[in-house]
Amino acid sequence: MENGNNGSANGAATGGDFLRAENVVKRFGAVSVLKGVDMHVKKGEVLGLIGDNGAGKSTLLKTITGFHRPDGGRILIEGNEVNLRSVSQARSLGIQTVYQDLALVNELSVFHNMFLNGELTIGPFLNNRKMKEKTARYLEDMGVHIPSIDTEVARLSGGQRQAIAVARAVYSDAKMLLLDEPLAAMGAKEGALILDLIQRLKEERGIPMILIVHNYAQVFDVCDRVNLLRNGRIEYDKPVAETSVEELTELVVAEYRKARAGNTDEGQG
Amino acid sequence: MSETTAQKTSEAGAAPERGPGSRLLSVLVRVREVSVLIVAVGLVVYFQAANPAFLSESNILSLARFAVPYVVIASALCLLLICGELDLSVGQSFAFAPIVMYLAYDKLFLVLPLAVIVGMLAVALVGLVNGLITVYLGVSSLITTLGMFFLLAGLNVILTGGFPATTPDTNTVTQILGEYPWAGTIWALVIVAVLQLILSRTRWGLHTYATGGNPLGSMEAGVGVARIKIGNFIMCAVLGGFVGIIESFRINSIDPLAGGPDIVLLCIASAVIGGTALLGGIGTVTGAFLGALVLVILRNGFTLQGIDSDTFNVVLGVAILGAMILNVYIARLRGAGRV
Repeated sequence: MENGNNGSANGAATGGDFLRAENVVKRFGAVSVLKGVDMHVKKGEVLGLIGDNGAGKSTLLKTITGFHRPDGGRILIEGNEVNLRSVSQARSLGIQTVYQDLALVNELSVFHNMFLNGELTIGPFLNNRKMKEKTARYLEDMGVHIPSIDTEVARLSGGQRQAIAVARAVYSDAKMLLLDEPLAAMGAKEGALILDLIQRLKEERGIPMILIVHNYAQVFDVCDRVNLLRNGRIEYDKPVAETSVEELTELVVAEYRKARAGNTDEGQG
Repeated sequence: MSETTAQKTSEAGAAPERGPGSRLLSVLVRVREVSVLIVAVGLVVYFQAANPAFLSESNILSLARFAVPYVVIASALCLLLICGELDLSVGQSFAFAPIVMYLAYDKLFLVLPLAVIVGMLAVALVGLVNGLITVYLGVSSLITTLGMFFLLAGLNVILTGGFPATTPDTNTVTQILGEYPWAGTIWALVIVAVLQLILSRTRWGLHTYATGGNPLGSMEAGVGVARIKIGNFIMCAVLGGFVGIIESFRINSIDPLAGGPDIVLLCIASAVIGGTALLGGIGTVTGAFLGALVLVILRNGFTLQGIDSDTFNVVLGVAILGAMILNVYIARLRGAGRV
């Protein structure tokens, strides 16, 4: 509430923002994971989100995507405040997510996973032929090779599964993409494919994205700006051009040193 | 069939090397229905050889009529099991719907079609309550529906005073709803076909698989997991109640004790033998249908041969254990194939 003025004060600036989070709070029982997150993503911008394990990066993403409901603050999309009640609602606004756990169903085929909850139908029935055609096209476009799109997802490698989850989000007329560690579980070649795809989406379609990344070098490959989530807030916000891998590493490590020093002090005292 | 084989070959080329035994088994997974069908045909051949009366016209009709409740309830349970839930109270819904229908007809003086609708609404409510308690209060469906089982068991006896009632006099409606000799069988076949169509050809079916296979992932993808589960609870109870009404017209009696544990346990057994995974994500209505058929053939054949129901139970027990061990083994193979 103390930031109540923030929204109106920055009202003029929201013109260029696709997404704006103001003072977003999320608690699980007594634990406050997000304590007032202020964050914005401009149209056509790729934002890298970094932070330690357990900092709440995934929680923040899941709040923007309608999976969690925030306990405070507000979320604006293209300048309009939204009250996201479900993932489907966020999707209807064009917000697509690649979750860390990928949200794939092992028992279903590649093409059914690709269109999960966005199925193509003829009347009441699934249009499997069309979904197969499109899946084949998407995967070819991405340069991903999968033996058969009739295969159950359970039989695929980690990288192939990741590629399907990314393709599902990308090819769904997304207006904004949220990617939670999209390069985890990927080999070097597959990782390069995904980075290349992100680059293409940014350049050709100008889709704004939030990317959770652990490898800081990757931040510099595709991101325009980087945010550090720590202590439930965005504590650092800089364009990539004005920072370096060393600085980002130092940021996170410094905190660690400080914490360790604190512990040692307590130990001695 | 040839398409499946071609696909298998291409997969085998790309996937890590697996032994020929496991490959045979993975084919068996795909064609679970076929293996159950082979068992069913084998049983028919055996019983016919043992007793020529088995395939007589009168026995086929009695078999077909006897199978109706099991086939319908097993198929309806199948969808619920695939989405990861269970309904132990469906047998009691089977008894409850005709009782409510009878009371609406006899005490409230409603016309029969309307009374039938009231009976169906009553079991729809049962399914809704099962679903709401399970989904929103987080009670395991095993417990929710166990409670509902006893609740309805008591209610069924209280509402009827404990005595069977006679169904309303014969007219077109009662003929359609089960008195005509093949009415129940036709209903059952239509219901099985429609359920299989829903499961394999519609979004509802796909989301039912997804909900059972990966509940959290499905939620993340925006699948209405709660809606799917509650819907399948309602569908299961309504179909159980509907086939209860059909059965009561067939035997011209409304029995408060018709919903004992036997019927639901046999139907769960049918689904499991037909390849449905109790933990969700896997199964087909066709499999559950064939599983129910195998059990009904087995029981009928044993009766004709003068073998008592205790022996039937022993054979049934072995069949369930065999089917479950096969399921677990297959699941392990799948798990291994993933790495």
